[in-house]
Amino acid sequence: MIGLLRRDLTLALRAGGGFGLGLAFFLIVVTLIPFAVGPDTTVLARIAPGILWLGALLACLLSLDRLFALDREDGSLDLLATAPIPLEGVVAVKSVAHWLTTGLPLVLAAPVFGVLMNLPAPGYGWLTLSLALGTPALSVIGAFGASLTVGLKRGGLLLSLLVLPLYIPTLVFGAELARRGAEGLDPGAALPLLAGISLACLALMPFASAAAIRVNLR
Amino acid sequence: MLTVTGLGCARGGMPILEDVSFSLHAGQTRVLRGPNGIGKTTLLRTIAGLQPPIAGEIECDPESIAYAGHVDGIKATLSVSENLAFWAGVFGRSDITDALTAFDLDTLRDRQAGMLSAGQKRRLGLARLLVTGRALWILDEPTVSLDAASTALFVEAIDAHCAAGGAALMATHIDLGVPAETLDLTSYKAALPALDPGAFDEAFL
Repeated sequence: MIGLLRRDLTLALRAGGGFGLGLAFFLIVVTLIPFAVGPDTTVLARIAPGILWLGALLACLLSLDRLFALDREDGSLDLLATAPIPLEGVVAVKSVAHWLTTGLPLVLAAPVFGVLMNLPAPGYGWLTLSLALGTPALSVIGAFGASLTVGLKRGGLLLSLLVLPLYIPTLVFGAELARRGAEGLDPGAALPLLAGISLACLALMPFASAAAIRVNLR
Repeated sequence: MLTVTGLGCARGGMPILEDVSFSLHAGQTRVLRGPNGIGKTTLLRTIAGLQPPIAGEIECDPESIAYAGHVDGIKATLSVSENLAFWAGVFGRSDITDALTAFDLDTLRDRQAGMLSAGQKRRLGLARLLVTGRALWILDEPTVSLDAASTALFVEAIDAHCAAGGAALMATHIDLGVPAETLDLTSYKAALPALDPGAFDEAFL
């Protein structure tokens, strides 16, 4: 399993692997927002937590369709399914690799992008915390969507349609946590709920994804 | 090592093979024959555990199977030795030098796999079988795009594998010249179910 994680990270870093793609997309979205809504700093500060969360979510979505599709195309998925690693483990490891190459850079870069959005000072820590808690859920839910569409050619659009509604709870509580932090309020129920969503997704989604892949391999 | 009794297989919900029975013991090679579309790949995938049978039983240890399909599971941006070392690691092993030598890949070991020719890729795919350490090889058209010399390397590898107590089940159209039982699938072709227009629900599958 460590070997699989190392291979996925190596592939992401080599030519055409897509590492940094999500980050660059996130940067562009966040840069475009002030052009669209105007340079009024109070407006930007008010919408900053929501926009930053939405940007992170879309950036996460960008690299999902290649998660299993590439392995399916070159036959690796068939071979992994007959390998001694359980398919649930394969899904979990590939989700972790996706998070390390997409989610983690977003978490680390979010405070910098917060500056572009004039995020109020108390919000930086909370924004980073909310993304750190929420992005793992985005990766595993996305992996489930990717395994549902793995048998389809050009399934990227369908994948977005399937996955985005499933992202709503994470988005609601993640953006709420970042907003309350930015306004200097007590985080309240958003923090435990966001952490709960992430943990539940991490625990359950690999099983659902593995079942979907088994069906798609037939 | 492998016993198949009364096996039925389907592809896309349509039964294509029925009542297939055969067995394979250690040291034996069995070749599946039959025209295109008869169900060789489907049978091999069913035995490898990638799809469930619709009837019958497969008795074998799933932990003994190494499957090699039409595509080789090679990552284009990894080198030959990185590809092989990854698969060795998946199967809990680390030594890849014997496999590289057996398929004459020593000189290519640091080459990017995406730069290999089709035949070289296939040799890399077959070398993967050696690093799995598994006893039962399930091979789907293993000699496609191999030249005569590489086919000879493959035959050597099969012989060595069987001599060491392994077994191989393969679908192929060429005569490899290895002592092998053949199994012609033509006689196991499933009768097409009579189509009832009222019950036709393929559009919803």
